Amino acid sequence: MFELIVAGFMFMALIFYAVTGDADYGGGMWDLLATGPRADEQRKAIEKAIGPIWEADHVWLILIIVILFTGFPPAFATMMTALNIPFTLMLIGIVLRGSAFVFRKYDVKSEETHRRWSVLFGAASFFTPFIQGLTLGALSTGQIHIVDGRVVSGFFAGWLTPFAFACGLFALVLFAFLAATYLTADPSTERHVQDDFRSRALWSGAALVPIALIVFLTSKDGAPRMYHGLTQWWAPVLVGTTIVFALAAFISLWLRRFALARIAAIAEVTLILGGWSVAQFPNLITPGITIFNAAAPEITLRLLTYALAVGAIVLFPSLFFLFRVFKGKHT
Amino acid sequence: MGMSLAFHIVFAAVGISLPVLMAISEALYLGTGRPVFLELAKRWSRGAAVLFAVGAVSGTVLSFELGLLWPRFMEKSGAIIGMPFSLEGFAFFTEAIFLGLFLMGWNRLPPLVHWFCGVLVALSGILSGIFVVTANAWMNTPAGFKIVDGKISEIDPIAAMLNPAASHEVVHMTLAAFVATGFAVAAIHAFFLLRDRRNTFHRNALGIALALACTSAPLQMVSGDFSARSVAKLQPAKLAAMEALYQSQTGAPLQLGGIPDDESRTTHYAITIPHGLSLLSTHDPNSKVVGLEHFPRNDWPNVRLVHWSFDLMVLAGSALFVLSIAVGWLAWRHRGVPDNKWILRALVAAGPLGFIAVEAGWAVTELGRQPWIIYGVMRTQEAVTPMSRIAIPFVIFTLIYIFLSVAVVLLLRRQFIQTEAPGSELVT
Repeated sequence: MFELIVAGFMFMALIFYAVTGDADYGGGMWDLLATGPRADEQRKAIEKAIGPIWEADHVWLILIIVILFTGFPPAFATMMTALNIPFTLMLIGIVLRGSAFVFRKYDVKSEETHRRWSVLFGAASFFTPFIQGLTLGALSTGQIHIVDGRVVSGFFAGWLTPFAFACGLFALVLFAFLAATYLTADPSTERHVQDDFRSRALWSGAALVPIALIVFLTSKDGAPRMYHGLTQWWAPVLVGTTIVFALAAFISLWLRRFALARIAAIAEVTLILGGWSVAQFPNLITPGITIFNAAAPEITLRLLTYALAVGAIVLFPSLFFLFRVFKGKHT
Repeated sequence: MGMSLAFHIVFAAVGISLPVLMAISEALYLGTGRPVFLELAKRWSRGAAVLFAVGAVSGTVLSFELGLLWPRFMEKSGAIIGMPFSLEGFAFFTEAIFLGLFLMGWNRLPPLVHWFCGVLVALSGILSGIFVVTANAWMNTPAGFKIVDGKISEIDPIAAMLNPAASHEVVHMTLAAFVATGFAVAAIHAFFLLRDRRNTFHRNALGIALALACTSAPLQMVSGDFSARSVAKLQPAKLAAMEALYQSQTGAPLQLGGIPDDESRTTHYAITIPHGLSLLSTHDPNSKVVGLEHFPRNDWPNVRLVHWSFDLMVLAGSALFVLSIAVGWLAWRHRGVPDNKWILRALVAAGPLGFIAVEAGWAVTELGRQPWIIYGVMRTQEAVTPMSRIAIPFVIFTLIYIFLSVAVVLLLRRQFIQTEAPGSELVT
């Protein structure tokens, strides 16, 4: 029972990371793609929007990892062994993104250096979520095999497949869309810059449709269990709801109801991750490792549940306060 | 991993102590209304911001690295010792949230609320340090589980967290962070004060930094004594290596320096203090201290490195202790921040000593535990990743950390040069 609760917490942390931390990466992408007469204003809006919150957003990822290695140690050991290479690449991306952002902010020697840090910041913002999507995809491919608790499929299984790449691309565009939508609704974004981000959100939102189709088609060969899951009776319901929210986000953007668009976009991302985890359930790594067989002993899970509950009581009011101070209406 | 931790320990130590300094300074501003304290709090908070950003990144790298480099270790111990890491995750989260509020909220929050955010940053920083050190202590004195037929059973995460080494390691490391950062910050301000003796900004900064450093340094001596006695009880092999003691003996002498020689099982050219070691480890000059000969040869750590690191730590720590007594005496006599040319020069010279002691002390606890990763349970060799070209990930992570350290140093330097101008305006 407790393994399900802990897995639920982990899933929630994943969603929070996606709609906050990954959206910050999306901001970095638009920073690199800033064009037109208002390119500088766009960059400033992005910096203002993510500056105060990106470190807190980033901690969700650390939380996911500590829950994973406390609650499901064998799953953690297997992932870090089989996917050693993509995880290392992702860490390099995280390091470069974070330090480039800080450098750009504090190291204001000349326009030239500023621009160079910007390029690195933007490039790492593209690279990191792509690798994250790819890694999540790799877990579903069913190509990572374990015998007697040891990984036997080597260090290249799963993540070098068309399906994993499609997942990476999907993550990339999804977070670009999410970030652009946030930026239209951010209180510090000015009116004409808002228009720029509105069109960016609309374009990237539209681009998601064909990529989602590619993910679905490649899953037939690349992740058979996932494909099987996505063709169950509940799938049309879930996919249908997701599409409703996607359309709602699209229409609200079109009608300039930006606050509404933000909510719809968050719901869309949540449902996509929800669909992924339902299709995956109860596997953590398809096919061998599940929430049940990788679970830590009950006492650990029970204490972890208490710790997470207490942590949540401290965390949510603080987070709420942070976002209200920086994302609420300016007075 | 060792490399990463060696870097991370510095980020963490500064990251724990700078918020303390910045909160003290803002409290003084709120109390006295003097703008110099506000300026000081702002400047230190910028340093804390840079370190926290790098610390967040480096913390992420570390949490993954545990699995990328030591998957077998994590598989075995995750369920037992993951607890403090999860708690640390939350403490870190709280720190991130309130640091964001502190840094960007100068104009958006009422002064007292703003200061309270700073206090929370400092508190959660100290807390997360405590949780992580608890996990390290567990590697030294594993507790909270049983091994039956090679399988781990009867796990008790709370007993694991409250393992026998936890209390002395936590106290020793937290104080070390205060001492090291306090003296390093004091050195910077002493340097500028030497150039311009009338600069009130640097004078006040020096005062606050010294207040933290000079109260922590004597406490650290007490905690060091307590730690030595705990190690003597809990990890006799480590103590024997620290003191380069090969033969078990009663009334064991304390050996300073020298060249330990594993082959002949003697330590050459050391300065010996009769009965010193027995006195230190049990407070009884004639007690028996176990030597390395008591343990199988393949359970010995690298005696030279451990012994020398230990002596280096004690040397640096004692120097700082003497310095803090001198500073305290001068401050009491002059009723103010000491600005004697010689004491300022000594403070500048002592700047790196605290961090040398931290690194040496860390080397003692880690190298002294070898060849075990979990003392007496799992050898480091068994824990490592099966990656065939094992050197590659190690090199990659080392490079990442060198990159991060260079980044921090450059940024802090730039910060200092940039903000030099407004500081000198405050000269009265």
